Amino acid sequence: MKLAFKLAFKNLIGAGLRTWLNVIVLSFSFVIIIAAKGILVGWDRQAKNDMADWEIGGGQYWHRNYDPYDAFSLSDAHAPVPPEFKEEIANGNMVPVLITQGTIYPGGRMQPVLIKGIHPKQNLLKLPTQNLDTTVGAIPAIIGANMARANKLQTGDYLTIRWRDANGTFDAAEICITQIFTTNVPTVDLAQVWIPIENLQSMAMLPNEATVFTFRDGNLIRRGDTGEWKLMTFETLVSEVEEMIKTKSAGQAIFYSILLILALLAIFDTQVLSIFRRQKEIGTYVALGYTRGQVVGLFTIEGAMNAILAAVVGAIYGIPFLMWFAKKGISLGVSSAEYGFAIAETMYPVYSGSLIVGTTILVLMATTIVSYWPSRKIAKMNPTEALRGKIQ
Amino acid sequence: MENIPVIKTERLTKIFPMGKGEFSALKGIDLKLGTGEFAGLIGPSGSGKTTLLNILGSLDSPSDGKALVLGQSIGKLTAKEAAKLRKEKIGFIFQSYNLLQVHTVYENVEFPLLLLNYSANERKKLVMGALEWVGLTDKIKQKPPQLSGGECQRVAIARAMVKTPSIVLADEPTANLDAVNSHNILQTMARMNEELKTTFLFATHDDKVIGYLKRKIYLKDGMIDKDVTN
Repeated sequence: MKLAFKLAFKNLIGAGLRTWLNVIVLSFSFVIIIAAKGILVGWDRQAKNDMADWEIGGGQYWHRNYDPYDAFSLSDAHAPVPPEFKEEIANGNMVPVLITQGTIYPGGRMQPVLIKGIHPKQNLLKLPTQNLDTTVGAIPAIIGANMARANKLQTGDYLTIRWRDANGTFDAAEICITQIFTTNVPTVDLAQVWIPIENLQSMAMLPNEATVFTFRDGNLIRRGDTGEWKLMTFETLVSEVEEMIKTKSAGQAIFYSILLILALLAIFDTQVLSIFRRQKEIGTYVALGYTRGQVVGLFTIEGAMNAILAAVVGAIYGIPFLMWFAKKGISLGVSSAEYGFAIAETMYPVYSGSLIVGTTILVLMATTIVSYWPSRKIAKMNPTEALRGKIQ
Repeated sequence: MENIPVIKTERLTKIFPMGKGEFSALKGIDLKLGTGEFAGLIGPSGSGKTTLLNILGSLDSPSDGKALVLGQSIGKLTAKEAAKLRKEKIGFIFQSYNLLQVHTVYENVEFPLLLLNYSANERKKLVMGALEWVGLTDKIKQKPPQLSGGECQRVAIARAMVKTPSIVLADEPTANLDAVNSHNILQTMARMNEELKTTFLFATHDDKVIGYLKRKIYLKDGMIDKDVTN
């Protein structure tokens, strides 16, 4: 086996330009697959981190009637804070959020919104809620940059907000925008107004009630569902992002599969040509004591070694390139507001060990298969005719 | 000449399919070759000499009859056993040298020893010894495309001899060489035969080679026409 590898390497290097052309094309596949997949891994990581930081923490408890895709569920999706959560809330490891429907009137226009009540002193989420702990001549409110842009709102603006209380009675008040925050998580930004939870509980006549509890880490998962509260683990909450990335991944795979197929086609072609041109050599190996099966193995290793050389060549220019790419990132030219998912404007690829090893194995296996395919012909060759270089 | 037969054939027949019919390349060859013989199969193209050489080299199998090489029946060997026989006991020399083009002279000669799992020290000693025999110790780092035809054939001889095989089968070894190179090559092989007692069997129609042979087996239309020992 060692001899076959040594021989294959020697033959491959000896083939000169033909080998290097194959190797360079294949190395492009390596680098592009790793770079492209790195973007998705980076997106996945960034999206999950941003969602954890801004919205879901280590997981959430939802009121059993709460459906984030059905605003009409909100009127029934609230309940008093259960006693078992109180200690966690007091320790700052859990944040209650009350959500109701409402309407704001920016510049005389009517805009339906979700009014979200949160404690100003919380530090579990990145929301700048400390700006709710202020005294202005109205209810202090913070909104996201996309919400502000869509409604032409600025810090210090006053506007009317209208809501229905627990009895179904409409009421209205003034809010003052005390902070506009920038986030990649559209689900805490678009069409949402954050105000102090005490104010919202009082406005909605829902004292000490909440719709959602966000907790800091996974410790509370052990409790499972409790009373009216349904446990939503971190994994459940990010599953949509994962599905989205999977879809993107499949689309991306088509792109780099084409590149890989082109490289493999070049190797296949080289193998076919090699077997055609090197019949005398094949005959010589047999005459010197190789079985035809061993010659098939030698040619397969030779073809597969293209992938090993490609990995080395790819590493030479790919490592600096991928490092630069990871540092500089790539602008996708879309904002999270347009996308509807947590997505940063600049994506920073992440290259994991499994990504690099997985890609190497994929390319190596594919190359071995396309190398073996034409090499099987050797097994049917007549060695005496091969020795004379007679085309078979 | 010793009488222990290293090669023995009985009614050896080889038939090749040809279009809708068939062609008999060998028609019942009976032959015995002892250890240390320096013999040649002589005949025009199509007389069956290369076919006989290929069967004796276990590169092909007989259609009928028997071919025993070092006591092993060629027709009954598996592919693995035939490869083992070639690897350990038989050296080949070809008309067009059949050297591995991307390997150096040293590596070409070393190749059979690598297949036989010799240690690095043993390999070095044997390769240098073989190259000394053929007078190519100054060319060890060169590759076949950098050598003349005569030098290539000397490398091929060194490669065939390096493992000290029991039999060397040489198919038209001088066909691509000029007279001077042919004589050099033949003298080298004759010397090896004398000193190492290796059995040589040539397939040739070259008068230069025929002049060196101690036994001449004339083939005609797949049959032995004459068998002359000097």
